[in-house]
Formats: sequence, C-alpha cells, structure tokens
Amino acid sequence: MSIKTKALTKSIWVFHISCGSCNNCDIEILDCFTPRHDIERFGVQLIGSVRHADALLITGAMNRKSVPRMKKIYEQAPKPCVVVAVGQCALSQHMFRYSYNVREPLDEILPVDLYIPGCPPKPEAIIAGITKLVKKINKGK
Amino acid sequence: MKILLNFLVFPGLLTAVCVGLLAGWFDRKISARLQWRVGPPWYQNFIDIAKLFGKETIIPRSSRWTFILSPYLGFLSLVLAATVLGKVMLWPSESFYADIIVILYLLTMPAVSMMIGASSSRNPLASVGASREMKLILGYELPFILSLIAVIIRCQDSIQLGSIINYQASFGSNIFSFSGALAFIAAFFAMQAKLGFAPFDISEAEQEIMGGTLIEYSGPLLAVFKLTKAVLLYTMPLLLICLFMGKDLGWMLLIPKYIGIVLLAVLIKNTNPRIRIDQALRFFWGPVTIMAVISVILAAVGL
Ligand code: SF4
Repeated sequence: MSIKTKALTKSIWVFHISCGSCNNCDIEILDCFTPRHDIERFGVQLIGSVRHADALLITGAMNRKSVPRMKKIYEQAPKPCVVVAVGQCALSQHMFRYSYNVREPLDEILPVDLYIPGCPPKPEAIIAGITKLVKKINKGK
Repeated sequence: MKILLNFLVFPGLLTAVCVGLLAGWFDRKISARLQWRVGPPWYQNFIDIAKLFGKETIIPRSSRWTFILSPYLGFLSLVLAATVLGKVMLWPSESFYADIIVILYLLTMPAVSMMIGASSSRNPLASVGASREMKLILGYELPFILSLIAVIIRCQDSIQLGSIINYQASFGSNIFSFSGALAFIAAFFAMQAKLGFAPFDISEAEQEIMGGTLIEYSGPLLAVFKLTKAVLLYTMPLLLICLFMGKDLGWMLLIPKYIGIVLLAVLIKNTNPRIRIDQALRFFWGPVTIMAVISVILAAVGL
C-alpha cells in the first residue's frame, strides 16, 4: 500500500450532493459531524467545493433535472474520487420507482463504490459504511 | 550556503511548515473540544497535505500561468518573511536595516496571491471572495501599520527588529505599557483577520460562497495554499511576540507565549459568528483604528 492511498483513507473530504431527496438523508449526514458521532476523528471533513472532494455522498432519487447536473459535478471532481450512495432512494429509487420523473437508478449513471441502505440510514450506518470503504480501498488499490 | 540552509531548513521552510501544521492541529483540536467533540489526531494536517499532493490538479479554462504560479508566489514570500523573523529572534544582532518594513510587505503577499489566483480562475464565487479579501486587506492594514508605528516610536524610532528586541530586553516588554497594550490589541485583531479566522473568515466563507477564493483550486495547488495558511499561523504570532513581548525569547518562555497567542485567537474564533464585510470594515476603521491612533499618541508622549 502506497503512502498516497494511505493518506487518502486517513483524510476523506466529502462533498454532499442531494439529487432530490426528502432531506432526511441529508440531515443524517450532517448528524455524523455532531458531537455525538464526530466523524472528524477519522479525518472526514465536509467541504464546500467539489474541487476539494475525495468522496461524493449522493442522496435521493435521480430525477430528470438533477441527473445532468450530477454528471457535471462528478466530472468536476478531481480523481481519485469515490461515489457513495446514501439512502434507499439512491440505491433503488425506493417509493419513487414508478414515478414519471425518475428514470434510472444511480449505479447506471455513475460507478458507485459504496451503498449505504436505510431510509434514512442511521449515522452509525454511515460511519460503518465509511470504515468499510476504507478497508476496500486498502485492499483494492 | 548558510543562507540557503536557513531558508530551507531551520528558521525557514521546514520548521515553519511543521510548527504551522501542528498549530493548525491545535486549532482544530481546541475547536473540537470546545464543541464537545473528540477532534482529529495530531498528524491529521500532515496527512491532509500528503493526500492533496497525490490528487489530480484541475486547471480551469482561464489564464493558466497566473493560476498555477500565484500559490507559489504567496508561499515563497511568506517563507522568506518567516526566515527573516526566525533569524532575528535567534540572533538579534544579525538583523539588517529596516527589516520590519520588509516583513510588513512580505506578509501582505499571501493575501495578494490569493486574490490573483482567485480572479484568474474566472469563477464568479471566487471573484466575490477575492473582492472581499481586498476590502479586508484595506481594513486591517491601517491599524496594523499604526500599531507598528507605536512600537517603533516606543523603541526609540528604530525600524530594525533586532534593536526592538534589544530595547525590550533591557527596558521590559512593550505590552506592559499603556501604548503597547493598546497597540497589541489592535495588532491582534489584524492578525485574526490576516489568518482568516472567524469572525473575519469572510473571504473563505464555506457556507455562503463555497470556499470563496479557494473554490477552483484542487490537488497540489490547494496544498500549497494550505501550507501558506500554516506558515502564516507560525509567522504572525511570532511577529507579535517579537514586537510586544520581546523580553525573554528563550525556548522555555517562547513556547508558552506562542501557545497562549494561538489559544486566544482560537477562542475568539470559536465564540464569534462571521460578520459581514461592511461590518468588518466599520470595525477596523472605527474602534480598532482609533485604538491604534491613541496608542501612537501615547507612545509619542512617552507612556
Ligand atoms: S432514502 Fe428515505 S430518507 Fe433518504 S431521501 Fe429517500 S425517502 Fe428520504
């Protein structure tokens, strides 16, 4: 394992994209940064600009308006960059599956590295997911 | 050779970066503890920098060379300032004539380079950040220079850092006089704004303008900006110590002084919300400038 991947797994800066979620998943993501869970212990930081991102947290069912924008944001992120699908909506379109506005699930659009299920997923689940991601990166690359 | 060694290793680049990154961790840890969190481990900032150097650099369709070179401009001139300052603190007799003015100029370079870089990226939010940074410079430079003038008048009109330190070594620190204390407060606020700490983190407001001036930077160039921030966190408190508490500069007293100043800045940062740019200007040109002017008058009278 090189220094590069080691450093990457110890300091993951996440950028949060909401592609039409009901906002509960977004609130649970913010919960990870509160005193109770404090994910900054692992070097995870929420940042404001995609150019600084190491991981994209995507929530919500992909609708026609948000898909092109999300693709654009993914292209703007500097590589290596992982994509994390948070919440049932992003995983399987959930209850919006037969909606007129929702066409394809997230993993048919972008290469998703990690799925975190739940509606909304608990902060504990998100943290567990991130530790799994770190293990996966360490093994894979 | 010795000069190069000074610039690259001892008071310069390497020391400044290491101490600055540690101070940056101290800032993050104290902030975390104040919010009842645990906070990152001590090597976190080093890892962040290492990671940024391993990432891809994206250069927007813009004026390419200014975008690439401006971070290095700010970083190198700031390291030069750190070197001059560190040498003076170690060997006061080795300072050259008017080095305080040189340091003053070099310390403005990071902000200028940030403005150049932000405006050459052609991002609207970055240009908002750049214009805010520019207004902020106009705000804090005036009281900062005035407080320097107060110190200079107190130390028998000498514009040489070495003799300012020597004066304080024989007549006591500047901060224990009325004019020195007022000037210290003014300079402290200017330092807070230079470091980009809240309540003056207006140009990099994460929530309003997504990182402002840094929005288009990624990878190694962003790392250089982060290193600039770290070196600034090393240089500014040391400069204040040099100007206002220069009585004993042995290691045993220097380190508590440094930690004390950084701690005070972090406490102010964590207990104040961000203010608007017009409020910041009014604050700097109003109370802070008045305080600095009073300190200059008091110093001229001899208090
Ligand atoms: S998964 Fe559930 S909580 Fe999350 S956006 Fe969808 S409906 Fe909302």
